[in-house]
Amino acid sequence: MGEFFKYFSPSIYNYVILSSILFAIGVMGVLIRRNIIIIFMAIELMLNAVNLLLVGFSVHHDDTGGQVFVFFIMAVAAAEITVGLAILMMIYRNTGSVSVDSLKNLKW
Amino acid sequence: METGLLILLPLLAGLVIYVLDDSKAKIFALGAAILEFVISLITFLRFSPEGGIQFDINVRWIKSMGIYFNVGMDGISLLLVMLTTFLVPLIILSTFRHTYTKTKLFYSLILIMQSALVGVFVARDAFLFYVFWELALIPIYFICLLWGGQERMRITFKFFIYTLAGSLFMLLAIIYLYLQTKNFSTTGSFSIDAFYEAGQQLSRNEQAWIFWAFFLAFAIKMPVFPFHTWQPDTYTISPSAGTMLLSGIMLKMGIYGVIRWMLPVVPDAIITWGEIAIYLSVAGIVYASIIAILQKDIKRLIAYVSIAHVGLIAAGVFTNSVEGLQGSVIQMLSHGINVVGLFFIIDIISDRTKTNEISSLGGIRNEAPLFAMFCIIILLSSVALPLTSGFVGELMLLVSVFKFNIYVAAIAGLTIIFGAVYMLNSYQKIMLGEPNIITSNFKDLFLTEKIVFIPIIILIFWIGLYPKTFLDISEPSVQALIKSTTEISNLK
Amino acid sequence: MSKFLVALIPLLPLLGFLIIGLGNKKLSKTLVGFIGCGAILGSFIIVLSLLFPFLNGTAKGETLSYFDWISVGNFKISFSFLVDQLSVIMMTIITGIGFLIHVYSAGYMSHDEGYARYFSYLNLFVFSMLLLVMGSNYVVMFAGWEGVGLCSYLLIGFWFKNTEYNNAAKKAFIMNRIGDLGFLLGMLLIFTTFGTLDYLEVFSRANSVQENSTIIIAITLLLFIGATGKSAQIPLYTWLPDAMAGPTPVSALIHAATMVTAGIYMIVRSNVLYSMSEVTLEIIEIVGLATALFAATIGLVQNDIKKVLAYSTVSQLGYMFFALGLGAYSTGMFHLTTHAFFKALLFLGAGSVIHAMSGEQDIRNMGGLVKKLPITFGTFLIATLAISGIPPFAGFFSKDEILAHAYEHAPFLWGFALVGALMTTFYMFRLLFLTFFGKFRGTEHQRSHLHESPLVMTIPLMILALFSIIAGFIGIPEVLGGSNFLKKFLSPVITSQGAETYAALSHAVEYRLMGASVGAVLVVIFITWFYYVQREVRPAKEGEQISTPHKVLYNKYYIDEIYNSIIVKPLKWFSDKFYSILELKVIDGFVNSWGKGVNLGSSAIRHVQSGSISFYLLVMVAGIILILLINNLI
Repeated sequence: MGEFFKYFSPSIYNYVILSSILFAIGVMGVLIRRNIIIIFMAIELMLNAVNLLLVGFSVHHDDTGGQVFVFFIMAVAAAEITVGLAILMMIYRNTGSVSVDSLKNLKW
Repeated sequence: METGLLILLPLLAGLVIYVLDDSKAKIFALGAAILEFVISLITFLRFSPEGGIQFDINVRWIKSMGIYFNVGMDGISLLLVMLTTFLVPLIILSTFRHTYTKTKLFYSLILIMQSALVGVFVARDAFLFYVFWELALIPIYFICLLWGGQERMRITFKFFIYTLAGSLFMLLAIIYLYLQTKNFSTTGSFSIDAFYEAGQQLSRNEQAWIFWAFFLAFAIKMPVFPFHTWQPDTYTISPSAGTMLLSGIMLKMGIYGVIRWMLPVVPDAIITWGEIAIYLSVAGIVYASIIAILQKDIKRLIAYVSIAHVGLIAAGVFTNSVEGLQGSVIQMLSHGINVVGLFFIIDIISDRTKTNEISSLGGIRNEAPLFAMFCIIILLSSVALPLTSGFVGELMLLVSVFKFNIYVAAIAGLTIIFGAVYMLNSYQKIMLGEPNIITSNFKDLFLTEKIVFIPIIILIFWIGLYPKTFLDISEPSVQALIKSTTEISNLK
Repeated sequence: MSKFLVALIPLLPLLGFLIIGLGNKKLSKTLVGFIGCGAILGSFIIVLSLLFPFLNGTAKGETLSYFDWISVGNFKISFSFLVDQLSVIMMTIITGIGFLIHVYSAGYMSHDEGYARYFSYLNLFVFSMLLLVMGSNYVVMFAGWEGVGLCSYLLIGFWFKNTEYNNAAKKAFIMNRIGDLGFLLGMLLIFTTFGTLDYLEVFSRANSVQENSTIIIAITLLLFIGATGKSAQIPLYTWLPDAMAGPTPVSALIHAATMVTAGIYMIVRSNVLYSMSEVTLEIIEIVGLATALFAATIGLVQNDIKKVLAYSTVSQLGYMFFALGLGAYSTGMFHLTTHAFFKALLFLGAGSVIHAMSGEQDIRNMGGLVKKLPITFGTFLIATLAISGIPPFAGFFSKDEILAHAYEHAPFLWGFALVGALMTTFYMFRLLFLTFFGKFRGTEHQRSHLHESPLVMTIPLMILALFSIIAGFIGIPEVLGGSNFLKKFLSPVITSQGAETYAALSHAVEYRLMGASVGAVLVVIFITWFYYVQREVRPAKEGEQISTPHKVLYNKYYIDEIYNSIIVKPLKWFSDKFYSILELKVIDGFVNSWGKGVNLGSSAIRHVQSGSISFYLLVMVAGIILILLINNLI
């Protein structure tokens, strides 16, 4: 950990910790929850954890490129959510459930 | 220039054929094949044996990797191209009395196959060689798969995977050698000369790896014992035209590969490891001959006979001597002609009697004397009777093996005894004796069948009596090849 | 010597073969006979025109080169002929006797539907045989050597509907091929040793290797293996008796007069090499004598007229090899020449008998033919006297020369050789008496058909009979006032010294030897006469009780059965096991095991694809963490 502090100032360190926690929460959400909508939300959480990190570093390096990327990501995420939700609707119509365990047909 | 035409013509003809009616496909294919033969004959007549590589094209293909579309013919290539262009029309003609479903596809595949085969024999760029090498596999796979006999799915699948697996090792060797050529130029090069140069500078150990990688690919294709087990099955289930293509021309790809891409590339490894290749080949002769004795199916019998014959050719090639290489070239021609003749004989028999079972035949000689006469001539040529084509090659090959090792030659020589045993045995069972229910009313040859046999017979005696015509073409190329390899290894 | 004329000698029969063979159905029988015989007659006339200058001593051996046959690197074989004393003698025998037999065949085969095919094969045979003796190098000789083997195959199995005949033909070809492998290897060894295969060059370089060195022994032994196949010596002789399945004139031409003597020709031709290897000569001597005696004992009890003659041929060939083994090359050639006449005559006579008997070959069903077939009997008698060695018939001189050489070498060899000669006398006279004397034992049907053969068959018989009487005069030894012309004639070709030691015997010894052998032969003839004519003893019928030694002889020492069980059966066993176990189970099993392995592995691993998304995600995350960890650790 000693090396870590050499490169990053304490302030950016806070952002890294926070976004890591957020990301981990997102990962756990995806892994543990069965409800597809919740999984979706967990994915969004992970996405935003990364966004937070990008913004943090953008300030840290004094480079606006990071913030531009964040806008891109948000736009893409919005588009992605529309597609994702549409798929989710179809899953619900076909299986009558929003549990990921209902999608087990594609195996060996 | 002519070389490019020889590759392109059958390929184009193979595509144009789809525009035509089914009924015209046969004639068109035959016409294209004959035109191809005429062109190759012209190049044959214009060829000057001492002139090195001729009729060549060298066009840049993929610049960044140093890949060229580089084709050209020396004496060895020319003879094999001639063999291909000579046999393909005969093979097409031999199918005239059959009607195949999907006629257009069938003939198109044969023509595309011819294009790829010619390509293999003339390619002077390793990448191009590999492309043609694999391209040749695709049409024959479909020919066997679509028009084959029982269990064709399983057998063609095995054939395809087995030969492809062998080629994969060759690809590795080619890539390795290509990376070595980067020592000489920044882009590297796939050209044959660069490969010779790169290969010859490798250490003994590296050469050994390259040797075995190439050997696997070529040994499976020929096939050399013990890599032969795909072959009897494949020959047996293929339609006759497919068997003829496979045995008459395609197995020569393996031998040609050894001569062109192995001997000069890894001369040191040939000296150290060639011995084992010779032992394997000779073991294959005896092994396949002994198995052939009791075979019940004619096609399978000839498949094993073919393994035995190819074993001797391979042994001769690996001796890396003038007699061995010249003998192998002549024997490739002779074997190609003979084996096509033999499989055509089988085709006629099974077409008329609806069986390939040796034991259920007999007495055909009585019903079809002309057929029997052609049959025994081809058969005697394949058991290497002097004054027929089989003898010249076999004698030279035995000379080369004899120089290598007397005892190995004695074992290889057993082929002349075993040859007599299985050939005369089956000739007797099929042709002689009293005709039975199946073979009575066996029709003698029809016109198209005679037209197929006559050139074969003429060539058998031509090569047998005056092989000089062909030997003179390839002699300078063979000499040059040997000179380049031995000089390098002497320097070391 | 005109190159063109010499080339015509083999070309005429070849043309005859092509014309008859291709024109098969379209030519009339007369025309076929005319072309077939005419081609050989043409060659014979040309050969005679070559022979006379040699007889005068005005001509010398000459190599005539036609074209480069096979030429690769240092391996250069030209298609060329060597015409010298030795080849001219052989050519004379081949075309001369060949012509007579062709003429005879025109009568003998006249009722056969395969008439044209027969003549085409016969012409092809003469072509190949001429190639064999005319070639000026071992490869051309080998071409003829294999060619005659092929013709022998085609003619033995001439009646191809008969399975037994086909088996005999196949057996002949395969046994010959075993010998041929020896020949081929010998040839290759000559090439690697001397760098050439041309006779004259090889012989001139022969002194570059040491006498009795391994290499020269190997060369000569390998060539001799070839000779044992072609000339039916132990252990490869068993095909010759079976070869009698072919038409009788074929037996006369191929299996008595010409083809089977190829081995002797080859050794005489290579006498320079053979004289350098004492070991090989010893072996040839032993094999020759053993074959001579062995075959003679079998001949004693055979009942098939052609089988008796076949064993007699094997036995006589054994004598020739015996002579060669003693280093007496010209003597071997002498016996070859006289034997060609009288054995051809015997076979043709037997053919005449068989023709008259409507195809019957068993001497137990003959008898008393002397009245019905006077010419056949007369000529057969002459031939029998000749083979038994009664002076002044041809066989006497040649056999006497062999015996004298044997005595000069070691007296006990003379004893063995004489025993063989006496057995020959016995079975030949047994054959003669059983066939022509006593009462007729055949069926009524056969009796009514009995007739003397037409002139076209009897004239060749008479000509051969004439030569069976006078052919011996070419080699009258000095002791009988002659000058042994043949030996002098052949001396340019036979350069070895061994042959000359014959002069060491004093005339008194020679007279005694001749007296002893002729006396013994006469005694045996008397015994045979007493036994078969006076007491009318008849051979046992099939199935009748016979003594054990007799049974062993009658079944030819069971050699065929032994070969069958030690060679053919194991080979078939190997063929079966190689295929069913090694090929299908081991090698192909190994190849297939790759495919099976892939299948097996996939059927185990595919269950990982459970379809549960959360499981996939878990694995994915675990994977990422793992990668990160490893990345950090390294």
